[in-house]
Amino acid sequence: MRHIISILLENEPGALSRVVGLFSQRNFNIETLNVAPTEDPSLSRLTVTTVGDDRVIEQITKHLNKLIDVVKLVDLTEGNHIERELMLVKVKALGASRDEVKRTADIFRAQVVDVTPSVYTVQITGDAGKLDAFVQAMAPIGILEVARTGVSGIARGDKLLSL
Amino acid sequence: MELLSGADMIARFLKDEGVEHIYGYPGGAALHIYDALFRQDSVKHILVRHEQAATHAADGYARATGKPGVVLVTSGPGATNAVTGIATAYMDSIPMVVLCGQVMSHLIGEDAFQETDIVGVTRPVVKHSFSIKHPSEIPEVLKKAFYLAATGRPGPVLVDIPKDMTSPTERYEYVYPKKVKIRSYNPVTRGHTGQIKKAVDMMLKARRPVFYTGGGIITGRASEALTDLVQRLGFPITTTLMGIGGFPQGDRCSLGWLGMHGSYEANMAMHHADLIIAIGARFDDRVTNNTSKFCPTAKIVHVDIDPSSISKTVRADVPIVGAAGSVIDEMISLLQDREPASPDALAEWWKTIDGWRAEREGKLYEPSKPGEALKPQEVIEAVYRATRGEAFVTTDVGQHQMFAAQYYKFAKPNRFITSGGLGTMGFGFPAAMGVKLNFPQDDVVCFTGEGSFQMMMQELSTCKQFDVGVKIVNLNNQSLGMVRQWQDLNYKSRHAHSYMESLPDFAKLIEAYGFTAIKVTTFDELEPALERAFADTHELVFLDIYVDPFEHVYPMQVPPGLHA
Repeated sequence: MRHIISILLENEPGALSRVVGLFSQRNFNIETLNVAPTEDPSLSRLTVTTVGDDRVIEQITKHLNKLIDVVKLVDLTEGNHIERELMLVKVKALGASRDEVKRTADIFRAQVVDVTPSVYTVQITGDAGKLDAFVQAMAPIGILEVARTGVSGIARGDKLLSL
Repeated sequence: MELLSGADMIARFLKDEGVEHIYGYPGGAALHIYDALFRQDSVKHILVRHEQAATHAADGYARATGKPGVVLVTSGPGATNAVTGIATAYMDSIPMVVLCGQVMSHLIGEDAFQETDIVGVTRPVVKHSFSIKHPSEIPEVLKKAFYLAATGRPGPVLVDIPKDMTSPTERYEYVYPKKVKIRSYNPVTRGHTGQIKKAVDMMLKARRPVFYTGGGIITGRASEALTDLVQRLGFPITTTLMGIGGFPQGDRCSLGWLGMHGSYEANMAMHHADLIIAIGARFDDRVTNNTSKFCPTAKIVHVDIDPSSISKTVRADVPIVGAAGSVIDEMISLLQDREPASPDALAEWWKTIDGWRAEREGKLYEPSKPGEALKPQEVIEAVYRATRGEAFVTTDVGQHQMFAAQYYKFAKPNRFITSGGLGTMGFGFPAAMGVKLNFPQDDVVCFTGEGSFQMMMQELSTCKQFDVGVKIVNLNNQSLGMVRQWQDLNYKSRHAHSYMESLPDFAKLIEAYGFTAIKVTTFDELEPALERAFADTHELVFLDIYVDPFEHVYPMQVPPGLHA
């Protein structure tokens, strides 16, 4: 099963490489990875999506917790949560397909954020499933390039991942 | 307030931390630190002849004393040479602090002379690592390194120190930090009382219980508490290789050790148990073999200080995260309030176990007859007698290691010093140096083989310089015995590169360093040679003992043909 694990990490050199190294060293797998500083400059928030059975996920969270740089973590998939990913897609926009790209973007509530005579750059946010669906819908028209941020997430309601 | 250079801070910190010995080898990036060590006399530096030996010596010291071993090496090759020893300590959870010189900060990343990204290289084999970014942070970082190395599940911690951080011209305030706090690191000590109660309930109801204990008993200094608990309950106990000495091997409750070369009764008892109480052991593959068939009828209580060790390979029914000593103490106090189980409850179980004991009764090997080559096992037994079972014993890796574990009966913890997890050939001799330097009045025996010894024999020179009187027992079978054994069992005796052709004349080699060497080829020569060797505990003596090259380590729990 797919899990989204969010980690508060010391904003220290080498911290990220310890997390990433752990996954390869222990044969765990990373589907997406997303990391950026938080409102507290001493902490980064890292979100990783991974796939594994309960035993593997338990090992992943235990080993992550063992890393000295990991301050706190949560497996968001254990509760209600919001999952978002941002994607920028360059699509061929020539002739009749120019309108089709715009229409499809509207259907997905995506925005065209850059325009040239032959190319639309479209920005879309959503969960991974929505982004996959958008890629599928655009593929016949002609996708030139895709940039995805990887999944970020947060728990619903009052639950917090903080110190 | 005192102003010190980074290098002087390091020397002063080591003194303030109570470090007596450090093991190391100088080089360009570490020269400021070496100069600071030269100008003080609190910390004694032991100059090894290869950085790997520095880590093994520090490791031996740590295993014998329970305190972190300290290593100092230079950048690049100095640091990479230390990697095997760091990995050895990591696999066996040994506290160690490794100080590494590094090229000047402004050169990092430029492939400078003797530059290696040693933090990157060692990342998978350290508990944690630090890079010094400013000289003023040296005291705090070093304190954190020692704190991390020695607490929780111990392990090696590396500190990378660029040369400009130790420059003699820049001085900063030095205060010895008595305490440090790391917000993300709060190792659990006490176990969860509810879980411990549950475990005690199961222990009182069990009919076929077995204790299975490991290195956590040794590093957690819990062997006295464990012995008390086991004797109160009268349960059988088996230890891992790393747990040897955690419970007296001569006790009736002891089934010896388990796993691939463990005793028949220990493995049978584990297989038929209804309750396994694992403490400070990690269900590794040399113990479990096929995990799906491991202990099929048992409920498992697993006590470990490291949550990630629990349910890693074998699912625990009652996981208890906590320090071995504290959890055992709590078990004992809970048992005191409880109605003890009837003494008859375990009668049937002990009858079965005694049956297994009787089945394998007699020796596992045939002692040599006059005119025949010595058996390695009888050599270990003779050394056991000669040292009255009281020596510190280090080993290298291979058949002699298994024989030492089987035939030297350890009654105390911290006496059997062996590379269990990584299985590092070359470990034994430098580890013995580290022990002997700190226990000069005790006998320290290194069981080795001609294969392993040749990996670290340059340390004879270190022993000469520092008068290290270890006793080296070389079980010379003129082959890489354990490799050869596997080739006999699994490769139709095709002995690919397991021969040791062109061996040196060890006696001459040892004598070249000014030490005594005794060659032994027959049983009659053995006892007098041992008497001579142990006459003076301060003298290094090398016993080159020719043993039967065809001997195998038995029992062995891997069916031939299975490439494990």
